[in-house]
Amino acid sequence: MSTAVTAAPPRQEGAVTARAPRTSPLSAAVSKAGLHVAVIALTLLWVTPTLGLLISSFRPGGAFTTSGWWTAFSPPFNFTLDSYRAVLGESDLLPSFFNSFMITIPGTIIPAAIAAFAAYAFAWMKFPGRNWIFLALVGLLAVPLQLTFIPLLTLAVHLGLTSGNTLPFGLNAGFIAIWLAHTGYGLPFSIYLLANFFRVLPQDLFESAEIDGASPVTVFFRLVLPLSVPAIASLIIFQFLWVWNDLLVALIFIGGTPEVIKG
Amino acid sequence: MGGLASLVARLQIDWETLLTVNLPALIVVLIAVPLVLFLYIMGTELIVRRFPKRAQPTVRPWIWVGPAILLVSVILVYPMIGTIIRSFFDRGGSNFIGLGNYIHMLSDGGVLIVLRNNLLWLLLYPAMVLIFGLALAMLADRVSYEKPVKSLIFMPMAISFVAMSIIWQFVYYYRPPDVPQIGILNAIVVNLFHAQPITWIQDTRFNNYALILIAVWGATGFAMVILSAALKGIPGELLEAARVDGANELVVFRRIILPLMMPTIVVVGTTMVIFALKAFDIVYVMTAGNYNTDILARRMYAELYAAQNHANSSTLAVILLIAVIPVLIFNVQQFRAVEARR
Repeated sequence: MSTAVTAAPPRQEGAVTARAPRTSPLSAAVSKAGLHVAVIALTLLWVTPTLGLLISSFRPGGAFTTSGWWTAFSPPFNFTLDSYRAVLGESDLLPSFFNSFMITIPGTIIPAAIAAFAAYAFAWMKFPGRNWIFLALVGLLAVPLQLTFIPLLTLAVHLGLTSGNTLPFGLNAGFIAIWLAHTGYGLPFSIYLLANFFRVLPQDLFESAEIDGASPVTVFFRLVLPLSVPAIASLIIFQFLWVWNDLLVALIFIGGTPEVIKG
Repeated sequence: MGGLASLVARLQIDWETLLTVNLPALIVVLIAVPLVLFLYIMGTELIVRRFPKRAQPTVRPWIWVGPAILLVSVILVYPMIGTIIRSFFDRGGSNFIGLGNYIHMLSDGGVLIVLRNNLLWLLLYPAMVLIFGLALAMLADRVSYEKPVKSLIFMPMAISFVAMSIIWQFVYYYRPPDVPQIGILNAIVVNLFHAQPITWIQDTRFNNYALILIAVWGATGFAMVILSAALKGIPGELLEAARVDGANELVVFRRIILPLMMPTIVVVGTTMVIFALKAFDIVYVMTAGNYNTDILARRMYAELYAAQNHANSSTLAVILLIAVIPVLIFNVQQFRAVEARR
């Protein structure tokens, strides 16, 4: 190790993403082999459950009830697309997908936009109680959603935001209740994430924009958003997945018949 | 509040409308929702500009945080207060009975098992997700095929809990010892260890861990992605300097990587604690709370819809909130520590 002091720091940027090797050649080779084994083993472990389902989906109907999916790798190789034909031919798959998108897309756009507005204010504007409100939001991160269902359901009924009512364009009012619920549930985390990201943007950028007479709206759309694409993209992906994968909120606000929800 | 029966009756679901594919509505929504959000921020800015120059910086922040504060107040704060009040009233909702509901719930043997299970989830789930997530982020960082590995690990995040449960039903599948096993776990137990197959989902020795494992499998990708981003944010010169000075990998990890990643670990850990409390879907689908695997969220759902008991479900919700308070305090402390360093 001490020999490295005299040499220039190793700057091998061979692999695109991997960091350069750090120890002596021999122990590096040994630990490198162990590293590959560990990474590949963990990945295989993670993929196996899904792989089983994937293989089963290509096996003839009923085969999965008599033999394990791994037996499909030995002769006779019986693979078929029958299951896919049957499922895609079902008529109620389309409405389920429609409802999923109807809930998920606004359930992602609304919280992401409102959180970005709020995070911008928390990060770059001064107003009384700013830190306290932000702390309260961090606290609300931890509030269990189950706490809110009964009062919100009553409120939704009072406001007529239930799946029995139809709004203009044939829009089901129950969707509005779900969008707003998902927005409220998603906001604390979204604001937390985005405010922390916006805060570390370089300050002089904002100062020069202000000197040039740019309004906060311009700064937000021209400066903050383009600079925060990674953070906003990951937020949108997470929020989309949470809403898409959510069963409980949809069950509570539209009711418990499986046709409404995907899955 | 009226009884829940009337509430459910008024909620009468109109399946005809709901299940009709209504494409025009979807298109209108896709255009209208972003448009409304954009017009809000543009329109209010134009209004603020009409204010006197000196008043503008005072008014403007409230326009930007206003929608968030309003929605969070209506959707999180108001119901939270309502539920807390409701938990002190009897089943009908008209008589104040103090801590009666709490005494009743905490003397219910079923609820005690629920609390034990939730504690198990709270302890094991965030810890395992963080350990696996951190290990995978660190290991994948050092190999050239990092991207495919991370994609594969992240994949379960894109699967709904319901689909996850189906996938894992295959893994945990039990068949009597005299026929070939079709669940991979029991196939390993029978063929490699020559033991009797285990009913993973029914056996109370294993079933809670089996369910938690499903959730860990699903969430590790999330932790890995965020932790990996934080890891890449650590300046390479810092690590190199430490290694040149003779620090071994363990010291580098404990003294440099871990402290620098701590804020991110807290964020991920908090999110996982929230997930652990929110855990519902997996238990709901896999066991419906049977075989001593019930947890608070599922029990609450059962009290609310099957038993139609507002008092009990509100009380369970408040118990859940009390369980969260330490996490809340910890978060506020962490936040202040980060703010102070700034």
